[in-house]
This record gives sequence, C-alpha cells and structure tokens, in this order.
Amino acid sequence: MSGTPRDAVLGALRRATGRDANMAEAAAAVRTRLAAHARNTIPARGLRETQGLLELFTEQARGVDASVAIVDDFGAVPGAVADYLRGENLPTRLRMAPDPRLDACPWDDAPTLEITRGKGEAEDVVALTGAFAGVAETGTLMLISGPDSPTTLNFLPDAHIVVLNAADLVGCYEDGWDRLRATGRMPRSVNFITGPSRSADIEQTLQLGAHGPRWLHIVVVAGGAATKDPGDG
Amino acid sequence: MSVEVPTSHRFPDNARAALADATLQRGLASAKLGFRVRRSEAAARLPEFETLRDEARDIKNHVLAHLDLYLEAFEQRVTERGGHVHWAGDAAAARDIVLAICRAAGARTVTKGKSMISEEIGLNAFLEQNGVEPVETDLGEYIIQLRGEAPSHIIAPAFHVPKAEVAETFQKHHKSLDPARPLEQPRQLLEEARAMLRDRFFAADVGITGANFLIAETGATVIVTNEGNGDLTQTLPRVHIVLASLEKVVPTLEDTSTILRLLARSATGQEFTSYTTFSTGPRRGEDLDGPQEFHVVLLDNGRSDLIGTELQEVLRCIRCGACMNHCPVFGVIGGHAYGWVYPGPIGAVLSPSLIGIEEAHHLPSASTFCGRCESVCPMRIPLPGLMRHLREREYGRGIPPAAQRWGLRAWAFLAKRPRLYRLATALPVRLLGLVGRRRGAFRRLPLAGGWTAERDLPAPQGPTFQALWNRAGGRRERPR
Ligand code: SF4
Repeated sequence: MSGTPRDAVLGALRRATGRDANMAEAAAAVRTRLAAHARNTIPARGLRETQGLLELFTEQARGVDASVAIVDDFGAVPGAVADYLRGENLPTRLRMAPDPRLDACPWDDAPTLEITRGKGEAEDVVALTGAFAGVAETGTLMLISGPDSPTTLNFLPDAHIVVLNAADLVGCYEDGWDRLRATGRMPRSVNFITGPSRSADIEQTLQLGAHGPRWLHIVVVAGGAATKDPGDG
Repeated sequence: MSVEVPTSHRFPDNARAALADATLQRGLASAKLGFRVRRSEAAARLPEFETLRDEARDIKNHVLAHLDLYLEAFEQRVTERGGHVHWAGDAAAARDIVLAICRAAGARTVTKGKSMISEEIGLNAFLEQNGVEPVETDLGEYIIQLRGEAPSHIIAPAFHVPKAEVAETFQKHHKSLDPARPLEQPRQLLEEARAMLRDRFFAADVGITGANFLIAETGATVIVTNEGNGDLTQTLPRVHIVLASLEKVVPTLEDTSTILRLLARSATGQEFTSYTTFSTGPRRGEDLDGPQEFHVVLLDNGRSDLIGTELQEVLRCIRCGACMNHCPVFGVIGGHAYGWVYPGPIGAVLSPSLIGIEEAHHLPSASTFCGRCESVCPMRIPLPGLMRHLREREYGRGIPPAAQRWGLRAWAFLAKRPRLYRLATALPVRLLGLVGRRRGAFRRLPLAGGWTAERDLPAPQGPTFQALWNRAGGRRERPR
C-alpha cells in the first residue's frame, strides 16, 4: 500500500481490474467515450425538432403542476406576469433576474408591478427569471447560473415565474446539453426544474411548496415557435 | 444519533418487534402500494423503459471496469473548475475530512441535503461531538433528526412516522411557537418545517449534500430532490461539500441523462424529479450567488474490494428504492429492522460488504427469493442471485451460525487425523484469519477454545494447509 488514500484507492482499483496489463487500451477507451458524447436511446417522444415541441412541453409541464401561459412576443410579457399574479392573488412586488432579455420587456405597460433586480433574498415572495432552454420530453426548464440568472431566485421565493422563448424549446435533455456545449461555458449550476417544489414525506401526502417555490409559472414567448429554428437543422 | 452502530446482528429480534408494531404496519401497507402502482404506471408510459434499463446497466458496467480512470478524469475536471477532491478510504477518514473543512470555514452550523453517505459514515453524531451543529433540511430527514431516529427508507426516511407523531415532535422542539397552534394537517406541518428551516439555511456556514452522480466529462456533481432543500443547502452557505462514494461516477452528460430517465420513474413514479441540479466547482467570478468553495469527498469504505468479484454488480445501484418498495419482507418489517443504513434487498447485498458479514449475516437470508426486486431494479442488479452468493459464502467462510456447522465439521475432520491437530492448533490465528477476517467470528469457533498444548503430536504431514482448507469447503477471498 502506498502513501496517500488516493493512491490506495486507485491502486486497489487498478489491481482488481488488472490495469497494468491493459492500461493503454483502457485509457484510450475512456478518452474516446468522454470525447464522443455519444447518445444512448432517446425516447421517441423527445425526438421531435420543431413540430409539436410547444404542445408536448406545455402538456408535460402542466402534468407536474406548473402553469403555462403562451404569449406572442416579449412585448406581452409584462401584462402576462401582472395577470398571473392577480389571478393567484400574489403580491405584485417581484425580484427580477438581471437578464437583458427581461430588461428589454416594456415593463411600463404593467405599472402595478414593483420590480427590483438582483439575486434572491429571504423576503422575496415572487421571482422572475429567464430560462436557457425548455425540454419538451418532461416539461423541464433548464436554467444556468450566471450574473444574469442567479440560482437563489429559482429556490427562495414562493412563486417562480419563468419566461421561456419558444425558440429555446428542445426535445430532449441531450439537445439541451448540446446547446450548452455550444456556448463554450460550463456554469456553476445547471438547474433542471420540473414543476414546483413538493414533498410527500408526511404520510405520503403530496404537497407543493416544500422548501422551494409552491407556484411555478411559465410564460412561453411563442414568437419564433412557428418558424423552424435553424439551430435544430 | 442513529446508525453508526449497526444492529443488523439482531435482525430476527428487530423483525419480530416490527411485526408487532401496529403503527408501522399501517404505514407500510399504504406506502408500498402507492410506490408500486406509481412505478408501474410510469414505466408503462415510456415504451423505451426496458431498453433504457439495458443501456443503464451497460453504462455502469463499463464504468466499474474503468473506475480508476473515470475517477481520475472526474478529479481533474473538478480541480480545473476550482474545486477540491478529497479521497477517503473509510468512514473515519471521510468524517475527519469534513470536520477539517468545517473548522477551516469556522463553521458553527452546517445545513445538510439528504445523503446516504452521511448516514453511512455517521456524520451527524461526529459533527455534534466536535462542536458543529448539523441541520438536516429534507423534510423527512429533519423529522427523524429531531426524533433521534435513523431513516427507515432510502428515499422516504420518515415514512414510519405518522403525522400525529410528527406534530408531537414539532411541539416538543419548536418551543418558540404558540403551543396552541393547529398541527393536524400535513400542510401545517410542512409550513412549519419550512419556516423553521428558512433561518437555518441563511445561518449555515457550510452546506453538505450527497450526489446521485459524478460526471467525469465535466466534473459536475448531481443532486436530485423534490423539495429544493438540497439546492438551498448548496447555494446559500460559503462552502459546499459533496459526499459521494466512488461508484457514483458516470462518463458523460448523455449517460447521466439516460440513467436519470430511470431514476425518478423507478423511485416515485414521477416522469422527472422536480429539481435535478448539476454543480461544477464554486461560483464563477461574476456570479451573484453560489458557494465560494466546492469540495468533493470520495468515499471508498469497502467498495474497491468488490471490484472484480461476484458482488461488483451491486455497485450499479442508483439508490432508487424500488427493490425495497417491492420486497415482501421489507413490506412487513420496514427499514429499521435491517439494523443499518441500507435496508431491503439492496441492503441485504451491500451491508455485508460494508459492515462485515459477521454483523450482517442474517440479511442475505431475509428473502423469499421471489425475484421482484430484480424485476424492478432499473440497473438490472441480480439481487436474489447476489444474496444467494452471500449465503453460500457465509457458509464457506464459517460465519455464525454456519460457523458452528463448519467448525464442527472441521473438528470432526481433524479429530480423525491426529497429526493435523498440531497443524490446526499451531496456526489458529491463520486458520481463523481465513475463516473470517473481521473480529467477532473467532470466539464462536470450537477451535478457538484451543487444543491443549500438552498433546504431543508429530510434525505436520499430509495435505497442505490450503488443500485442507479446500476440502473443508472453504473459499478464499480475493487477495487484498
Ligand atoms: S438495487 Fe436497484 S432497485 Fe434497489 S435501490 Fe439500487 S438501483 Fe434501486
């Protein structure tokens, strides 16, 4: 047994796999696999490219207790947010992610909203963020951390409103990963969010809003959805 | 607190007590039905489910055959992203590493996401003894932490506690609240726990989570939760520590996605868990939140011994709980009877490898061999076959109660061959070392009483020691 715990563990593993005799081959196999990003079987339902993505995403997201509103363009986002908060009887004070796409929305159209920007704070009841992608397969939102998308906004508030561009809808998780790789960055956090927070820890009774948001509302900006996204080939 | 001292050797008594516990019986009856129906409906909704199971098995087999290399790749990625990887040979080493990180951070309290590895290494009690207060944040874990109990199920740790008892527990511990407040409804209990834990999340200096996967391609660690507690745990404090065992590593994001398609469906029957989070290193320079330090503790604790043996397959486990949800034995005795962290069929196979066959020798026999666990295991682990293997090995190694049988047989064998007496008595330690390498077995062997030294016997002749051992039905472990 050699010195460090690391050496001991790796040494034991190498002896058990006869690594001395096959190192070159094994290392090549691992290198190839890590570089190839080969896809395994993707469920047929996640294989669509443009057609039906929005329908499937909406159906799946609603199936896990998220609510979905579809608007034509970013200009309609403030009104949709205000409508939602009124309908759910939620406060109109909200913390918004410092996301340029959200900043560009005409917030003056919804004067009832009281907006502050920044990361999530203890007192926040409502948060508004964008999303990197939406995965239709399971109605999953993909958010990536960064200065324009602080992670705390996804978990601290009671209600999380997410603005998703329909052009960012993909069929399956793998499509989402390819898009992320294409950006050339790997953020601290990638959050796959599928419906609001829940727990069944007390007598197997399902309840929404355990530690994270009790309400997850997705505003899909359908503008680009009718035209085929060139990125999807 | 709870589980660092196993009681698996008392399994028959534990099981009898569980059978007589009416509250537990009611909870078990309703829980198992729900889990089973939801899993089978989820599997039926995904036509590719069986194909994914084959692929997931193959992914993990490939990983286990190259575990050293994938761990090195993972470590390199974590380091490149500014994180730290710590290797721990056993539970004590892992505890020391965590404490050292907490001390360096000046931590008084740590919040914790649900982690089976934390249970396995008995982390909470250790931190408390050393002046660091651990706060479990998963609702079920929080309840049992207040009650000083161990989890009774790997994904539903408090399912043995009826809501009236949760209410009692909260009354007792949440002293700052109005004693007359209503606490009958699960909703009220949930809201109260949420409110009580909010401040703890913000006050914690360190957040500790487990990991469902470690991704070699990117250096990400992955947690899967429904409550969002794990995310608050690892985002708010300054330091994030991930506890993971070696076999959690998978090659790529694609491979992770494949196994994730099986995990929630097999566990709770959900299409996908609410929150699946991939964490890579500490916060980036321009980020507004996230931890400033990121540590991964890689725990071996006996697992590397399983590589290259018949039991290797158990390391494909993704801790979904399906095997216990479908087990007729678990279904009537619950999780605590198993006496250690991992109950049900997976525990019956894993525990003997982690805490020793002497302690856990009853568990592989706690089976009707109905095969349901194998039929639902998303990773196609042949659990009944592995239990059978352990039972045979137990017999071969002479561990009680088989020890007595083997011992008597060996005694008879030796008694008829006087010259071998000497050999056996001259080498009791070696013999016993082969019989059972962990302490506890020795005392029960008839030979350990010692053959009297006054017997004057000729020098050893005849079969070699190894041949004698083989004829006695013994088996060797893989040399260490
Ligand atoms: S052995 Fe299989 S069924 Fe049991 S917890 Fe592990 S993966 Fe799930």
